[in-house]
Amino acid sequence: MTDAERQRRRTRIRRASMFAVAFVLVAVSWELYKAVGPEKGGTIFGTRILARTDDRAMPHIWDMFSRFSESEVRGGEDSVFVVVLRAAWYSFRCALAAFVAGSLLGIGLAVLMARFRFFERALMPYLVISQTVPIIVLAPLIFSLMAYNSRELASKTWLAAVLLGVFLAFFPVAMGTLRGLQTTPSAPLELMDSYAAGWWKTLWKLRFPNAVPFLAPALRLAGAAAVVGVTVSEISLGVRYGVGRLILSYGQEATSDPPKLYTAVFGAAALGLVMAAVVVGIDRLLMRNRPPEAV
Amino acid sequence: MENSMTVSSPEAGTSPAVAIRGVNKIFNQGKPNQVDALVDIDLDVQPGEFISLIGPSGCGKSTLLRLVADLLEPTSGSVTIHGKSAHQARVDQDYGMAFQQSGLFEWRTVERNIELPLELKGWDKAARRQRSQEMLELVKLPEFAKHMPWQLSGGMQQRIAIARALASHPKLLLMDEPFGALDEMTREHMQAELLRICAAAGTTVVFVTHSIPEAVYLADRVVVMSPRPGRITEIVSVALGRDRSELTREATDFFARVTEVREALRGIEMADHAKGIDDR
Ligand SMILES: Nc1ncnc2c1ncn2[C@@H]1O[C@H](COP(=O)(O)OP(=O)(O)O)[C@@H](O)[C@H]1O
Ligand SMILES: [Mg+2]
Repeated sequence: MTDAERQRRRTRIRRASMFAVAFVLVAVSWELYKAVGPEKGGTIFGTRILARTDDRAMPHIWDMFSRFSESEVRGGEDSVFVVVLRAAWYSFRCALAAFVAGSLLGIGLAVLMARFRFFERALMPYLVISQTVPIIVLAPLIFSLMAYNSRELASKTWLAAVLLGVFLAFFPVAMGTLRGLQTTPSAPLELMDSYAAGWWKTLWKLRFPNAVPFLAPALRLAGAAAVVGVTVSEISLGVRYGVGRLILSYGQEATSDPPKLYTAVFGAAALGLVMAAVVVGIDRLLMRNRPPEAV
Repeated sequence: MENSMTVSSPEAGTSPAVAIRGVNKIFNQGKPNQVDALVDIDLDVQPGEFISLIGPSGCGKSTLLRLVADLLEPTSGSVTIHGKSAHQARVDQDYGMAFQQSGLFEWRTVERNIELPLELKGWDKAARRQRSQEMLELVKLPEFAKHMPWQLSGGMQQRIAIARALASHPKLLLMDEPFGALDEMTREHMQAELLRICAAAGTTVVFVTHSIPEAVYLADRVVVMSPRPGRITEIVSVALGRDRSELTREATDFFARVTEVREALRGIEMADHAKGIDDR
């Protein structure tokens, strides 16, 4: 093992333990506040800023976890764990599809914009504006358009959720890739010119590999954006099997069964974590063989 | 495949390796930031000849090299390479090129860097691999084929860049201060290596440098250039013979040529200075 590898491993272990410590810290503060905070909430100078600490507002951490093993509905066959896992898996597949399609779309747009200045000038303002539209508004709009166009599509709310994931995911990838394509140093470009290599050959052999270090962080953003896009649209559209829908319906049961909502929240968090892991894997793959200082 | 490493081709001597005739290069013509980079350049380079281009920075050495490489077009005049237009020579990959920065692709292994020009020429993988092995042996780094460029020292990277420039066995090699970023020891070693390699293959070389000893040690002729506007002021024939070694650097003749080039450059400096006073 080289020094650099050892160093990297140490950082990795440190990061993992920081993550665990952070989780424990949050859990401990939750319980601590619950123990000492005012049961009915508190007001300071007439403003209500202290949250209620009763079991309905803040269930015990252990109640949240034990709720996982109980059955979802009274007398039901499946435990909450199975139901949440199934929903999170469903949403994960949607988010993954959105991530992949969004990344490809982003890369395609970046190539187009790098190739034709015209596209960059025409497209860029719209791309930037597009990201300011709240998806909670956009989701029903897209879905009703789909439903209006075809009967068949009307039953596919998940497709609308994926489209919205794509809508959020493509943007960072397009920006990052474009930047990478455009910041290719002139010396290697001149070298490719000296081989009389055309634009597309230069793209494939030089500009694109040069853009990879810009692409890697963009993919990280895209992964998170895909998860947000899909789950938020699920909530907004009530996609049948998704974890977003679960949060919505468990939220409605929060008065009678407060810990249940948190199981769905944990499911959504796990979904985000798995997506992050996938993206880190892709990142590693893309950045292997790169100079260590660039990784 | 292609021309092999023979000392000289039969048609050598019939047409110059590089013929630069009445070349002018004006950047941003007609605009306030117009630069007369090159004026009335005439130069013939014979096949197998080693030419050093030297001159103060900004005198148009790189521009001249880029014109030969067809990376720039002359404002007027013509550049031909073995009787072909510079453009055709570029399309045919008749020359190899190396810059001060090695310009290796950091995502490719050493051997795949060397294979880049062959890939673009459409060679198949086996032929490419064989050639890159040959080139690695030529630059004496055969055990580094699978390394990544950033795992190599600056001098080694520059040798790989030279191997890449020579991979398709071009008859002409264009180099722009390729050893400029190396330390003195590595630099002298690389100079000797370059001479050995090019002599073995009969390669014609146009070599830009701003080091006087380097220019003299390498070249058959040293072309001295002056700035504003860039022109050729003097051509110094070196005539130290082709077998140059570390002893050459200590020979009286070598020092005589170094002095000659230095004086040519000093003349430029004085003229430039006088002109500066004139302008004011
Ligand atoms: N692309 C360009 N556009 C405008 N001016 C240029 C360009 N390239 C070079 N020049 C100018 O031409 C002159 C010669 O430059 P260059 O050939 O790089 O000199 P050298 O290599 O001898 O230092 C300089 O004054 C430089 O500023
Ligand atoms: Mg230069």
